[in-house]
Amino acid sequence: MVQQLEVENLTFQHDQRLNSKTLSNVSFTVQKGEWLAIIGHNGSGKSTLAQLLVGLLVPENGQISADGLIMTEDTKWEIRRKIGLVFQNPENQFIGSTVQDDVAFGLENLNMSYNEMKIRVDEALEMVNMTRFRFHEPTNLSGGQMQRVAIAGALALKPSILLLDEAFVMLDPLSRKDLLETLENLKITEDLTIISITHDVNETAVSDRVLVMESGEVVNSGSPEEIFLAEQAIDPPFAEQLRRDLMAKGRSVPETYMTEREMLGWLCK
Amino acid sequence: MNKLILGRYFPGDSWLHRLDPRSKLIAGVAFIFIIFLADSLQAFALLWVFTLFVMRLSGVGFRTYVRGVRPLIWLILFATLMQMLFRTGGATFVDWGPITISEYGIINGFYVFCRFVLIIFFSTVVTLTTKPIDLTDGIGSLLRPLRKLKVPVDELALMLSISLRFIPNLMDETQRIMDAQRARGTQFGEGSLIQQMKTLVPIFLPLFASSLNRAEDMANAMEVRGYQSGTKRSTFRQLSWKRIDTASLFIMVVLAGVLLVVRTI
Ligand SMILES: Nc1ncnc2c1ncn2[C@@H]1O[C@H](COP(=O)(O)OP(=O)(O)O)[C@@H](O)[C@H]1O
Ligand SMILES: [Mg+2]
Repeated sequence: MVQQLEVENLTFQHDQRLNSKTLSNVSFTVQKGEWLAIIGHNGSGKSTLAQLLVGLLVPENGQISADGLIMTEDTKWEIRRKIGLVFQNPENQFIGSTVQDDVAFGLENLNMSYNEMKIRVDEALEMVNMTRFRFHEPTNLSGGQMQRVAIAGALALKPSILLLDEAFVMLDPLSRKDLLETLENLKITEDLTIISITHDVNETAVSDRVLVMESGEVVNSGSPEEIFLAEQAIDPPFAEQLRRDLMAKGRSVPETYMTEREMLGWLCK
Repeated sequence: MNKLILGRYFPGDSWLHRLDPRSKLIAGVAFIFIIFLADSLQAFALLWVFTLFVMRLSGVGFRTYVRGVRPLIWLILFATLMQMLFRTGGATFVDWGPITISEYGIINGFYVFCRFVLIIFFSTVVTLTTKPIDLTDGIGSLLRPLRKLKVPVDELALMLSISLRFIPNLMDETQRIMDAQRARGTQFGEGSLIQQMKTLVPIFLPLFASSLNRAEDMANAMEVRGYQSGTKRSTFRQLSWKRIDTASLFIMVVLAGVLLVVRTI
């Protein structure tokens, strides 16, 4: 397996006056084509980690490498070309004057020819189902639509790693489901590596592996099934919640995590 | 805020709306020079006919244009009066020492008035029929030769376009903060001037703070998508110079030519 992203002993502190670190000794690796979900409470340092991964912040300690390239001041532009980051706040990352302008912004920075940009923009807008809105200005868009545009802007650059920082929170359930499917497809067809910082259980459930963060540290990691079982504090997907509730009522239910479909199958038995 | 017409865009699909922003900008600037060629009543009559015709083409009502003149009306009247009162020549109607009302004074006052109003009307036509973002692109494109003099034209154009994009957000935010302060008992637009100024401080401080945060977020978002100032960028918004643009500039040349011919030297 190719290690696409390696993070070693990352330590960072926003406020030097405090004793506690924002991140301390965060280490993990992500393989090519893997979907990693990062979960944790507000303030646990997830967004800070995302900013470190693209070189917007410089760690106090530790090292980040993407495709074997170690992040330094000199390599950060090259690494940014590999990693597409979608931020939490969709409004402030909307740079263009219309939807299609915004999607093209990153392409313009590559000095890409108009014809090539046009193809990429069309593709990306289609992927997030925003083609109809291509001439709209940001003031006429909902938060969810702006988030879709932000995702399109990242996808248009064809990154090898897509880093999503709670990028789905404003989406309605239907577009969320659509987008998750689109990403799952890209993961298969393009071998896209996805790192999604999320609170959403469905987004966690589709991942291959989950990291749990707490106060700047990785406190647990494992498959979604393992994490949902272990982390009782996290709201599990509906099926798992049902399983726990049934167990609490004294029914004999399987000891393992089940997907919605498995649960349905079991219930109908 | 809503009274400001100059600088506003009125969506539409008139012939003027479809012109390239560059031809409209060039025509707008050229018009200012052309207007100074006019020095007779016939010449001004021609300019009025031309300008009113162009205004008509824009598909925007005449009253909108008048509203555009209104904020500047005192300045215009002042300049007109200066001409009327101090200019001498021709028949003199009133003579009170330095203050004279003469034939030339009245005529020149009228010319000054016409010049101001015509320039405002014409520039308003340009801004009403061109999206601000297209104007920005047009300006950026026209100023491109200045890059040779190390003027960061592209950066300035991008800055301008981003500012335009965030104006509505800023307005919303101002409104929100004002509402929040009103809910705390602040009354805007009352009391002495000093008191009114004081009520503005609790608006500007939060606005300033949030704008700084926003600017940082934006800078991050731009950087992550590979924006580096000083590097060559392509543009997705394309300007296209069409035959109709050349034709419009030709009309401006003809206008200038006619005025030169009727000029009384
Ligand atoms: N720009 C900043 N300056 C100072 N402190 C910050 C800044 N950004 C985040 N923090 C602090 O760092 C901690 C982690 O924040 P963050 O990475 O945003 O967490 P999360 O994304 O998991 O909610 C929080 O305690 C937050 O207050
Ligand atoms: Mg966060």
